[in-house]
Amino acid sequence: MPKTIMTVDDSSSVRQMVGMTLKGAGFTVVEAVDGVDGLNKAKASNMDMIITDLNMPNMDGIALITALRTLPNYKFTPIVMLTTESQATRKQEGKTAGATGWIVKPFKPEQLLEVVKKVLG
Amino acid sequence: MNVEIDTSAFTEEAYELLSELEDSLLELEAAPQDQELISRVFRAMHTIKGSGAMFGFDAVAEFTHEVETVFDMARNGTIPVTKPLIDLTLAARDQIRAMLDAAAGGGEPADQNNANRIIAGLRALSPEKKSGGGGGHAAGHGAPAGKPQAQTPDTNEPHIFRIRFTPNPDIFSSGTNPLLLLNELRELGDCRVVARTEKLPDFDDLDAEVCYTGWEIFLTAEIGENAIRDVFIFVEDECDINIRLLDRDQVMRDREESKKLGQILLERGDVNSNELEKALLPLGDRLVQAGVVTPDKVRAALTEQLVIQEKHDKKKTAETATSVRVPSDKLDSLVDLVGELVTMQARLNQTASSIGDHTLQLIAEEVERLTAELRDNTMSIRMLTIDTTFNKFKRLVRDLSTELGKEIELITAGGETELDKTVIDQLNDPLVHIIRNSIDHGVESPEIRRAHGKNPVGKITLAAIHSGASVLIRVEDDGAGLDAQRLRAKGIEKGLLSPDDELTEKEAFQLIFAAGFSTAAKITNVSGRGVGMDVVRRSIEGLRGSIDVNSVLGKGTTITLKLPLTLAIIEGLLVMVEGEYFVLPLAAVEECVELSREDVEKAHGRHVINVRGEIIPYIRIRSRFEIGGSPPEIEQIVISEVDEKRIGFVVDKVVGQHQTVIKTLGKNFQHSEEFSGATILGNGGVALILDLTKMVRYVEEEENRELDVP
Repeated sequence: MPKTIMTVDDSSSVRQMVGMTLKGAGFTVVEAVDGVDGLNKAKASNMDMIITDLNMPNMDGIALITALRTLPNYKFTPIVMLTTESQATRKQEGKTAGATGWIVKPFKPEQLLEVVKKVLG
Repeated sequence: MNVEIDTSAFTEEAYELLSELEDSLLELEAAPQDQELISRVFRAMHTIKGSGAMFGFDAVAEFTHEVETVFDMARNGTIPVTKPLIDLTLAARDQIRAMLDAAAGGGEPADQNNANRIIAGLRALSPEKKSGGGGGHAAGHGAPAGKPQAQTPDTNEPHIFRIRFTPNPDIFSSGTNPLLLLNELRELGDCRVVARTEKLPDFDDLDAEVCYTGWEIFLTAEIGENAIRDVFIFVEDECDINIRLLDRDQVMRDREESKKLGQILLERGDVNSNELEKALLPLGDRLVQAGVVTPDKVRAALTEQLVIQEKHDKKKTAETATSVRVPSDKLDSLVDLVGELVTMQARLNQTASSIGDHTLQLIAEEVERLTAELRDNTMSIRMLTIDTTFNKFKRLVRDLSTELGKEIELITAGGETELDKTVIDQLNDPLVHIIRNSIDHGVESPEIRRAHGKNPVGKITLAAIHSGASVLIRVEDDGAGLDAQRLRAKGIEKGLLSPDDELTEKEAFQLIFAAGFSTAAKITNVSGRGVGMDVVRRSIEGLRGSIDVNSVLGKGTTITLKLPLTLAIIEGLLVMVEGEYFVLPLAAVEECVELSREDVEKAHGRHVINVRGEIIPYIRIRSRFEIGGSPPEIEQIVISEVDEKRIGFVVDKVVGQHQTVIKTLGKNFQHSEEFSGATILGNGGVALILDLTKMVRYVEEEENRELDVP
């Protein structure tokens, strides 16, 4: 049974890139357009891993991570955030909120898969 | 990772060449007119230059190029061999040695001023610098003076790291699985993990969401500390990580000292052995008893000790293994003796069975088993896989193609093919020459390739395959191919053939093997001045092998080396025709089937037989060697693989497997090429060993001739 990974991003091109890379590696991919959408979809079904952008309308990535960690199902689920180099402080915020790790944008598909492998095994 | 192995392969070869060079130079001093000696010096320089460039010893290559240039003039008779030339060349030889020593980390940095002096001296000997070709070459190469040994060898010695990884108790809440991090470490190298569970509470107090465990990891890997830090990049703030590089030598010294202490105390009578033994209770046990450390900590420390010890042992074994060097003539005489033993054992078997004494037969069988084992062992000492040789060329292709602005991919196949050590050793130089030629003259530059609609990345394939009792090594490039017209013109220009000579394309290709033949218009650092292919052919023929070239203009060139498995002993299949014995190499034999009169009639005079639907041609040994007599009612066909085709050989009787000790045929029989030798049978008789490939080739040629006659 393939593992399900949710990508949360308001940019459709990032969602597409992440989605195609992960599907190519054999994962099932769920897309969400912002934090609210992501939280609803996470509640509706069980994700094995979540990759979320930080800057998003409605609910940003940090808030999403904080909210997810309060759900029993997502207490220990790997959550990786997408950051840019200039967002060092946000990286720390994300870690405090309960993020497992981060991927620095821009990134290559291989780097994404490396991180997925690192946190998902 | 392979860099270190590669480098030592070159330095070893270079040291050998340098010591030969010294001998040659001293001989040359006594006989300055000896062309063969001059050529030998030139060739040694040429090889050092070529291999040096390939292994990244640029300084050595550039320096050597200067010496080679002068000796090229001596070879052409442009300048005489004088004492100053020999003095300078000897000094140059010492300089190259110093450069190699320095690069290998075993000596003082080579003195660049000395190198410059030698080069200046050599250049002063050349009458006109322009025509030297190589004279201005090194100068155009940039200034190596500042860094004579940019070549400090990469010490890719594996390190042992001790990593103490103690996650914070709440690490799980960030979605991190520490076991995955351990797995990641395992991918870096050899990993021993000891879990530290001293913080683990009683079961009733256990909180499943808290991480109580810590780990000590002993990692042996050729990596730096940063690679380990990268593994923990996401969890740096949520755990305690302590990485230490364990210095093996320090640990080993410490241990030896403490061992001595006990001995000294004992010798001095300060303690008796009972007291000492008590004190020498495993230290860990004593510390645990004293409540100083937990058993987990002791376990971790013991693992540390073990890992270091293992590495030490491994290194020691490796050192011992590489230092067992036996002169090859000793090995040869061992093989000879085993050969004699095998022959003698066959006689023993025969005698035992003819006497019919049961006890004697048992002994003979036991001796047979031992002899076979001894033979296999002796042979395996000499057999090596060819992949190490192949791997060496990856660097050559990479560096030389970069230097020439070409993009070339090297593909190797059949690296597991085994060959006799002597063959492999002597194969290196010829292959270097062939591959260098492919890179330099064969594969075109990316622009030209694109213009011809080819993939801009050129391809060189290096493959080894077994073919019967031979090994074929094929070097194939997809380059420009050989131009028969140009080769012919060049041959006429060089005086190798007269303008009236008619040449087939194949014959024109053969010209590349002629001495002093080089079609490259300009002399480059890479493939030099045409010492290549003639030397290649001579070396291959020296191994009783053959070399063949095939080429399609614009498509590429294939050079095939055919090497016999020059083993002194082979497994053979003994067959008989009219009381005469013959041996076929068993490696080539696929099956034996019967040939009845009916089968022969069904074929309507053609020499073919239908074996399970496959039509297989056959050769009659009886008629081939004009043995006479009449064949039995039912003959036997030994079906063998020859040049990747299945061919049958018809005999009266298949006797069975025979351990064949190859004896070379005397001079009188040197033209009997259909036999690769002879062997002595248990009854003292002689059997000829058939060279199936040559036999098939002759028969085919004869048939073609018959077809040509109208």
